[in-house]
Amino acid sequence: MPQKISTRVAYGQALAECGADENLVVFDADLSICTMSCIFRDRYPERFFEAGIAEGNMVGMAAGMASTGKTVFCNSFAMFIAGRAYDQIRNSVAYPHLNVKIVGTHAGLSVGEDGATHQCIEDLALMRVVPGMTVVCPSDANETKEAVRAVAAYDGPCYLRLGRLAVEPVTELPGYRFQLGKGVVLREGSDVALIATGLMVQEAMEAADMLRPKGIHARVIDLHTIKPIDRDLVRKAAFETGAVVTAEEHNILGGLGGAVSEIVASSCPVPVLRVGVEDRFGHSGPASELMERYGLTANHIARQAERAVKMKKGSPENS
Amino acid sequence: MDKETERRLKLTAAKVRKTGLQAIRYARSGHVGGSFSVADILTVLYFSKMNIDPEKPRWEDRDRFVLSKGHCTPAMYATLALRGFFPVEDLMGFRSADSYLSGHVEMRHVPGVDMSAGSLGQGLSAAVGMALSAKTFHKSWRTYAVTGDGEIEEGQIWEAVMAAGHYRLDNLTVFVDNNGLQLDGPIREIMSPYPIGEKFKSFGWNVLETDGHDCARIAEAVDAAAACKGRPTVIVAKTIKGKGVSFMENQVRFHGSVPTDDEFRQAFRELDGRIAELEE
Repeated sequence: MPQKISTRVAYGQALAECGADENLVVFDADLSICTMSCIFRDRYPERFFEAGIAEGNMVGMAAGMASTGKTVFCNSFAMFIAGRAYDQIRNSVAYPHLNVKIVGTHAGLSVGEDGATHQCIEDLALMRVVPGMTVVCPSDANETKEAVRAVAAYDGPCYLRLGRLAVEPVTELPGYRFQLGKGVVLREGSDVALIATGLMVQEAMEAADMLRPKGIHARVIDLHTIKPIDRDLVRKAAFETGAVVTAEEHNILGGLGGAVSEIVASSCPVPVLRVGVEDRFGHSGPASELMERYGLTANHIARQAERAVKMKKGSPENS
Repeated sequence: MDKETERRLKLTAAKVRKTGLQAIRYARSGHVGGSFSVADILTVLYFSKMNIDPEKPRWEDRDRFVLSKGHCTPAMYATLALRGFFPVEDLMGFRSADSYLSGHVEMRHVPGVDMSAGSLGQGLSAAVGMALSAKTFHKSWRTYAVTGDGEIEEGQIWEAVMAAGHYRLDNLTVFVDNNGLQLDGPIREIMSPYPIGEKFKSFGWNVLETDGHDCARIAEAVDAAAACKGRPTVIVAKTIKGKGVSFMENQVRFHGSVPTDDEFRQAFRELDGRIAELEE
């Protein structure tokens, strides 16, 4: 069994490695041992700053710091940075297009026991609608490290969405290459496209396995960059498979499913079914149980894939 | 400050008011009251104290300035134009769709603006970040910021004040433009931030008070702030909203409402009179 690592842990290690760049500065809001920015803090204390429990000011300070030519990483839980500091991200960071990386860890339901106040299921939607913002949600440790290096090298505002839960490696493949704005086809298939992001990529891979015995060959796409979205890859998948299922640990409104639907509807209309949190708040509980209860599992994706295949034009049940 | 320098600064401040009002007249939109209350502070900073070069607006070692009360663009843009950052004629496009001179301060397109602002309460945090950058990377430039006295009702201001005190940012000087009025009425009635100085003091700041329309005293306060080590400085500047035009002074209506044609004429007469008097 390959080792499971959470994306936040991989992030902390990658961020510390990026610290070799003396132009890089990190802020945290009293969560550094959770966001894992503590690894950077211990290695480069002179370039690490505590903002205290004051996320709006942290993002504003990061903007000011970035305006002086620095690359700034700014950390908190997704809820308290993308959510609480939305206005600061929009007006102080994105509008002036400053080089600030907003890092939201503990995103989605998999935070678990802390419950709804901490389970951010809106951040992809919030960040995606801000003009000029790059939004990245890596699927595993390997991809997270690539993503961190890529956003650090990119000059402009980014949102990086990370999870608390340890996840399976899905991108440790020969020929795997990370590029901002480009999705990755993890498995070829022509009957349905499973487009997933974050920890739902591992579920989509498992769903593809479940569909195989039923004669359904699912293409699995890891869409790590939600914005700018890989339009060509999505369009091609819709065109070649004729049915799409999206999967995200996020509200089904406004996130990956929304973004994919927008492209498919305007370029190659085929059924798109969205797996995600169905517009309701989370709840306390063990992460695995919550994922089950909210339908964020391989099983659920497979069921939706079967439905999507039946909805296709030319499907016997539609004729 | 010698009398001649003081006269020239007063003259410049009067021209900032006139030029800012012209921009508002062209646009038929813009905030006159707070622009007039902050005009003398901006004049002293940009024409006497700040280490800047209009030829090189992005010069790395320049002093930084953040207009946290970002709606007072008429005064800010007039100051930058008169200081040579861009042509004064460009103010004729102020707030229009084809111009780069937007309604609130904007850093990407307006030469001389170091930080975009407009959503109140955010600019001071950026100024703290700038000052922290200079400290961290051993730069000697200073950061200045101006907040409104209504603006400090925003909670984020006090987060920023706490952070600046915590990091002992003695390279940061902040003015509170204490004109006593906000959009809906007197700040005392809307949501009193008083006592202002004591609040900053309790967060570890050096607190100075001054007459915000006395150029010599403003300059002295700026020097005293620079001399203070180990603490950021706030200069609580007592000002008059609408200062410089008799019928606009202390009038809530002139926060953001555009004067009538008659009022414009009368205001320009008064400002021209003041300019002529100072030019003699």
